[in-house]
Parts: sequence; C-alpha cells; structure tokens
Amino acid sequence: MSIEFRKELFADERDDGLNEIGKPKLRQDIEGHVTGRTAYYDDHLLDGLLHMRCVRSPHHHARVRSIDTSEAERMKGVRRVVHADDVPHNLNTLLSLIGFGKDDEQLLSNPIVRYRGEPVLAIVADTEAIARAGCAAIRVDWEVLPHVLDVEEAIAPGAPSVNPAYPDNTFTYEPYDHVKLRFGDVQSGFAQADHIVEAEYEMSPIEQAPIETCGAIAAPETADRYVCHTGTQALFFSLGTTAKLLDLPSSRLHFIGGTVGGGFGGKVDSITEPMAVLGAMLTGRPVKFQWDREEEMQVGAPRGAERWRIKDGVTSDGRILARQFTGFFDAGAYTRLSSYAGHKGTGHLPGPYTIPNVASNVFCVYTNRTPATAMRGFGVTGVDFAIECHMDRVAEAVGIDPISLRILNAYRDGDMKAHRRVAKNCALVESCQVVAGKAGWGLSTDDMAANSLVGSSAERAAIPETALDDEGKAGERRAGRATTADPVPGTRRLPAGTHGDAKEAIPVQRPDMQILAERVGHKIPEPAAATAVTPQKVATPTPTPPSTPTMPPAMAPSSHVAAPLPKPTAATTAAEPAKPAPYKPEKPFSQGVNRPGVSRFLSGSRRR
Amino acid sequence: MIEVHTFSQAAEAARTPGHILGGGTLLMRQVNYAPQTIEKLIRVTDPELQEIRADSTGIRIGAGVTMASIINHPDLSVLAPVARAIGAPALRNMATVGGNLFAPHPYGDLAVALLALDAFVIWSDGREEDMETFFQGRERTRGMVTHVVVPRVQSGQLRFRKVSRTRPKGISVMSIAVYLPGGSLSGRGARIAFGAMGPTPLRAKAAEAALENGAMDASGVAAACSVCGHGLAPQDDALASAWYRNEVAPVHLRRCLEGET
Amino acid sequence: MAKRPISFTLNGTETGIFVNEGQNLLEALRREAGDLSPKFGCGQGTCGACTILIDGAPHLGCLTLAEAAQGRSIETTSGLADGPDLHPLQRAFMEGFAAQCGFCTSGMLMAAKALLVTNPHPTRDEVIEAISGNLCRCTGYEPIVDAILDAAIRLQGRVA
Repeated sequence: MSIEFRKELFADERDDGLNEIGKPKLRQDIEGHVTGRTAYYDDHLLDGLLHMRCVRSPHHHARVRSIDTSEAERMKGVRRVVHADDVPHNLNTLLSLIGFGKDDEQLLSNPIVRYRGEPVLAIVADTEAIARAGCAAIRVDWEVLPHVLDVEEAIAPGAPSVNPAYPDNTFTYEPYDHVKLRFGDVQSGFAQADHIVEAEYEMSPIEQAPIETCGAIAAPETADRYVCHTGTQALFFSLGTTAKLLDLPSSRLHFIGGTVGGGFGGKVDSITEPMAVLGAMLTGRPVKFQWDREEEMQVGAPRGAERWRIKDGVTSDGRILARQFTGFFDAGAYTRLSSYAGHKGTGHLPGPYTIPNVASNVFCVYTNRTPATAMRGFGVTGVDFAIECHMDRVAEAVGIDPISLRILNAYRDGDMKAHRRVAKNCALVESCQVVAGKAGWGLSTDDMAANSLVGSSAERAAIPETALDDEGKAGERRAGRATTADPVPGTRRLPAGTHGDAKEAIPVQRPDMQILAERVGHKIPEPAAATAVTPQKVATPTPTPPSTPTMPPAMAPSSHVAAPLPKPTAATTAAEPAKPAPYKPEKPFSQGVNRPGVSRFLSGSRRR
Repeated sequence: MIEVHTFSQAAEAARTPGHILGGGTLLMRQVNYAPQTIEKLIRVTDPELQEIRADSTGIRIGAGVTMASIINHPDLSVLAPVARAIGAPALRNMATVGGNLFAPHPYGDLAVALLALDAFVIWSDGREEDMETFFQGRERTRGMVTHVVVPRVQSGQLRFRKVSRTRPKGISVMSIAVYLPGGSLSGRGARIAFGAMGPTPLRAKAAEAALENGAMDASGVAAACSVCGHGLAPQDDALASAWYRNEVAPVHLRRCLEGET
Repeated sequence: MAKRPISFTLNGTETGIFVNEGQNLLEALRREAGDLSPKFGCGQGTCGACTILIDGAPHLGCLTLAEAAQGRSIETTSGLADGPDLHPLQRAFMEGFAAQCGFCTSGMLMAAKALLVTNPHPTRDEVIEAISGNLCRCTGYEPIVDAILDAAIRLQGRVA
C-alpha cells in the first residue's frame, strides 16, 4: 500500500522539510502485538480471581416488582449477590465530570429498567460458569411498562416517558429541547429559489464491535487502595466515574490501562470498571467483570441511530440559497455522550458549503433502546451521509453534474460559515478535482480551474441579518405547544454582522507548552512574503506570529466583514500583548548522562 | 455443573443420556454461554466415527469426520465444495458431519447436500433411516448417529449454492443443493433441497415436480423456480427476514440450476 | 468442582495442568498454562482471536474442550519466534503495519502459519480464505493480507 502526496497543492502553506511524514515507521507497540506479549487488561493473572456477571432485563421498559435470589445464594461457588443498593452513589451521567448534563443513569438499575439488557443485579462467583448459573437462577418478577423505540414517536405528546431526569424525552439545551442554529433567513431563501429539494435520511445504530470485549479486573491493593486493570479508552474518565459511583476518593483507585483491544469509541462508558471495583470491595478478592460477545452487541453502547430531514432551496444554476435541517440523535435510554453529538452535529452544518441561509433544529432524544455513545466521528458521520446524498439529489433536480455542484458551492477561504466563523484551509475544491481525475470523471475547464483560495467575496464573507424564533422551549413539545420539530419562521431579527459570543481560549499553563506553529508543520510566512506568494488569496487572515495563542481568524478584525464588530473581541486584545519569547532551554536537550567514560543510561553515575 | 464422560465405544456412549460432543462448534458455544443448561457432555473417541469407507451401497462417512477431511478425501470430491462453504479453515478442522446433521437453523449446509443426494444415516443400534425421515423426526429422536452413507455420484450431478452476506465465511441466508441424475437439466429425477428455509433442511417437492413435468429449457426452470417456496417455512433471523428469503429463493434456485455458484 | 489433570505439548514443552469439567481450551491455556497469547473475543467461534494450532492444524481454542487436548501438540503465538529471532510472519506483520490494536494478531498469525506450512506460495485469494475466520476491526485486512504474502516470500528466501 502506498500513500500518494499531492504536494503541488497549497505548497506555499506547508513546510515540506519534515522528517517523519511519508516515511515508513514501526509502531512502538508492534513487537508486543506480534509476539503475543502485549498485556491487555485480561492478561493479568491474579490468584483467587472471582468472576462477575449481571442479571439483565429481557424487556425494553419494565418495573421490578420483586427479586428472588435465594436459589442463587445457595449455590456452591456463588460468593456475593450485588444489589443496586450496594452501589454507594448509584446515579451518574458520564459528562458530569465536565459539568454537562444531569445524573440520569444507575450502575445497577432498580426498580425500573429502561432498555433491554439493562443490569439489575450482579453475581460474583468462583468461576464464570457458576456466575452464569447463578444469574440464570435469579427470579425477577417484572411488570412490563409501555416503551417507545422511535425518536419522533418519543417526542410526541403522550409518549411513554423514558428517563426521569429528562421527562420530555429530549436532552435540554437550555432553554430549548434542541440545538438551534440560525443563519440568515431560510424562508426568504426558499422564496427566491427555483427548486425546493426535500428528503429524509436515516442511519441505524452501529456497534463498534471491538475484538476485545469491554471489561476490567479489580483487586484490593496495598495502602487501602484498589487496583483496576481495564480496557477503557479513557483511563482517567473511568477512574473519575468509578470514584463518583463508589463514593471513593480517586486517590484510593489505581487504574492501569491504555492497552485497548480495539475501542472505536465503545470503551469510554466506564461501566465495567466501577462494577469490578465494587466486586473487589464487597468480596475482598480480585474480581473480573468481562462482557461476552452477546453483551458487547446487546448492551455495549453503539453509535446512535440518526434521522435527518433536509430541505434545500436552489437556483436553476445550482447555487444553494437556503438549507434547513431537522436532526434526531437517538440517545437510547440514557444520555452517555449523545448530548455532545447534538452539538457536534450542529457544528458540522451545513456541510462544507457556503450557503447564505441556514436553519437547523437538532434533537437528542431518549428512547427505550440501548444507550448510544461515542464511535468514530459520532454526530457527524450520519449527517455527512445525509448531506452528500442530498447533494446528489439536488444535482439531479437541477440537472447539473454532482461534482460540479459541489465545486460551485464549496467553501472558499474567507467565506463565512453558518456558525459565524471564517472558513480557512479549505480544500474541498481540490479534493473534488483529484477524485474526479481518479475516477475518470470529466469536469468542465471552469471546474478544473477552480481554487479554494479564489472565489470568496465581501458578500460571502458577511454575516447576514438572521431570523430568530423561540419555538421549542423544554417541556412545550410534550405539552402540545410546539407544532413541528422543523425550524419555524422567525419572529424577530438579529442585525447583520452580529458575531456570536467570543470564546476565549484558556491560556496555556506554561509558556513552553505552547505548540509552536513551525514545529507542527505549518509554514507561517512573514507578512510581506505572504502577500507576494499568494496574491490571489482574497481573505488571508492577518498572519499570526508563531508565539501568540492561536486565534480563529473569524475573531480577528478584518476589513471584509460587512458590518463593524459590535465590540472589540477578546481575541484582538489578547493577540497584542501576549508575545513571550519562545522557550529555549539553557542547554540543548540530551537523554541520559553525557560524560566520557560514563554510560549514558546508568543512573547514579553522576554522583560517583 | 457439567460432567464430562469419555467413551471409546460409540454403542456405549449412545446408552448414556447427555449431550454428545462432536467438533464442539455448536455445543461448546452452549457450554460457554449457558453452562447451566448442560449436565453431561459425552465424548466419544471411537475410531469408527472417523472413518471414510467406500462399499457397495455408497460411501460410509463416520459422524466424527470433519469438513476438512471431506475436502481432502479423494472419494468425496463431490461434497468438497459444500464442505468448503462451511465456516473458515479452523472451524472446518473441527466441525463434523454428525454435528452438521443436528445443526439448528441457519446452520447445516452439508446436510442440505446430503438430503438432495438421498443419503441415509445409520444409528448406533444399526438402524438405517433416510434423510427426509431423519429430519422430520430430528427434534424428537434420542440416540446417536454413527454414520451417514452417501450414494456414489459423479461431479456435475450435484449443484450447490450458498447465499450469504459475506464471502468467504458467511452464514447461510439460504443454501440450495440440486441433484441432477443426468448431470444436466435435460435429465429427469432431479431432487432439490433448501437449507435455512425452515427448521431443518427441506425438499422443494413442488419445484421438483415442475421440473419433472415441464419443458427442459428456460421455461421449465422458470416454472420450477416460481413454485419453489411451496412447503418451505423460512423464519426471521438477524441475517434475513422470512419475507426476504421467500422473495429471493426463486432467483437463487434459478442461478443454482443454471450452474452459477 | 473436581479438577482433572491433562497434559499436552505446548510450543514444544511438555505441559501439565488441571482443568474444570467443561472448561474450554482457551481458558485453560490462558489461566492454567499461563500462555496469554491466544485471546478471548467471542466464545462462540466467530472472531478467531483464539486460533491455535493443534497437531499443526488451526483450531478455535474457545470451542475446544480442554480435556480433548490430552496428548496433543499445541502451538500458539508465544512459540512462533525462534528464540530471539522473530518468525518471518512476525517481521512482515511489524513492517507491513498489519496490526493496530493487536488483539486479533495472535489468531491471524496462527491462521497464517497454518496456511504457509501447507501452501508456501499462496495466491491473494488463498490468503483471504485462510484468514476468513479471523476478524479484525482496525486494519481493513489489506495490510494483513499483504504481510502474509510478504512473509511467504521471506520464507522462500530463508529456505533457499
């Protein structure tokens, strides 16, 4: 397999004197992999290891009337039945560690289960076979409750309420039950359009299916601590979550991990770690909690299902004047990371295209399905699929070549994006040209001559007057006071040129931690040289000196913004004074001791 | 908890109640996932179960013969493509003929070919039973099959097609075996068997009759395909719905009859 | 639960362990014999991460009853290298970027070894067939297939 570099593109923006990129390099962990010596979490043999397994709900939504554990408790080799009230702080939401969202999920759920496979009880036993037999011997008396499995049915008035922390079945993005994006006025865009193209797209949940299933081994350690070997993708996230659920100071947890047998996002949910540590706390023995393949598929959180409705207003020559989205992320029964998908998805709209009027409502919806979580670009993959399918549909409706349509509408450097940031380092045009070439797809000479650096204009760089609405405040939809999930016509106007609130980057803690632009491969030309090399580049942002904090060019004052900035942004003020001298060590860095007659790698030789 | 009993004589093993372990590809899965459902595992080391022997009635294949052994045996070249369609190399070194006869939906591709070939099974008590009767009583019968006897057929007389979502190594959406005595569609007496189209492999008798009575050309094939769903009872599973299976069965039967693999 | 003794040859070394009735060979090798190179991925013969060689032929450890290994010769990835010298398959996997998370690698190597022993000059399709029972979620298989073909060439050189 070879990698092809297109070094002729953007050559002046890049430093090609790199030592590693484009050259073969061995992975640092590869020798362990091919010799079988790499130690995954399950490759730690502990004496007296016990095995934990869960009793799980066979229903999508049910209440536990009673649980009979007597037969299991009598079984030889069953060491402990773990109940929901054995969990010291049995309520959490993953993103509470960064203060986002309400606690909504129990580690062991009682008395209500909200998805099929939700655990209500665990058994710790001498062998996995006994733990399985123990689980099979537990008798649960279930009262089956009505369930909802479809996002749009879930937000309709009268739908069964899935998650008591969010009784309306939508995550609350204060004050709304959805993420709103408004840019320009889609209604006027539709009115000016020659074609309206509408369609709906769906993506099913996708299981990450790592070959190593989720799991952890925990054991009592010295100094009143518990050690936990885990396959988590997020070691400190799992540690913090475990500390919270088990009400332990994190200093009592010694987490060992980082070697993951495939994760793809499915190993951030931090469920097996608190379970294993809880088992070790309750039995005083090493405990392994490992999902089998059925659990990985049934209760392992997948990439959530998505549904997208797109409505485009297009001129007869293929310019997209307005694009409206209604998006639904199916979170399943609990939030996990789906609330973040709503933000991520919105940040990705309207795709890599300059569209003067954009409106979107994106919902994170609770249903009685397996909770969804991270997976490789979650929040953007489904909507990208929808957008690119829709581009083909638009091309067909207008009667224009689909690649030509993309080149026509693609972001050019300097264009204003729907979330009020200036587009930079755009390369869709060039990508289209290369792809067309590879596929033997003929493009017109105009399309072949197009360039991401050329084509922006004062109009394309401007923030338009924007129509705003207040539809869909949390709770209104369930009460029947919201008419549609789609964006509604605006009731008030935001003046043209209004930027969003400036977000100030957190300053780096130590100046020498500042990433220097030249070290990561961006060539930052001197101001004079820049204009000489790229005269055609319309919207070249003011070149940023390498040592200043990186600022989005959108925040820098630039002449092509149609309306004046309402106030000087934090970015402008921050950019001026901060110019510390670049970090320079007193002596050049060298590893080990460097003296004649002394081994470089013998510590202590310095003192001799 | 599970007890394991090992016997060197098949007849002795057959007298002990329990789950008979063949290659383990299905039973060990149950041992791993639901050990509480198994009390006794019966292991049989009888060399008779490993034999492949040709005699006047046909070729006797021991129940413990693996798919890999079928592929490598010169007398079984007709069945080799069928065995090769099952699982992957490691699995074929383990999976046995006996296990395949008892494999639940959607497994048991070899059994489909055995049904089309009109093979018969030999029980440990010496009783012989034709394939169709065997499958009809499979879920109720207690006992141990020690051999299956396959009539001698020429290559070209058996056509086999396995439809799966992935290749190589996919599980059957359906499998189809057609025995053509004349080696081509111009002959009579064809037998058609479907796998994964019911609880056990099933003969498509309506299609066979249509082929028997129809013209020996494309129209005859079309007539047979159009009625091939009669008598089949596919079910929904993760691979395909019953509806889908019914819809595509005629297409795949036509391709199988026309010799596409 | 009564433990039963079994003995076998593991990577050329006589080995004796005690197993539970009904225990599978994968668990017995890992937990009792201490050979952690075969991995648990599914316990149902789907993923191939536990592929080992029994008397030279690839088998699935998770679907083999441990007691059935009595007297057999078992090979795993731990025994693939010749002392400090890595096997050409291991070299080819390293240099060909044929592993990312590494969890399927042991099983892939065993499946590949079994192929190259019986078929030293495989075609690409034969390689694909040989590893068809081994799932990999990271690489997309292409680097693995390339590495096995590469190893076949390296082995040829070694013999000649």
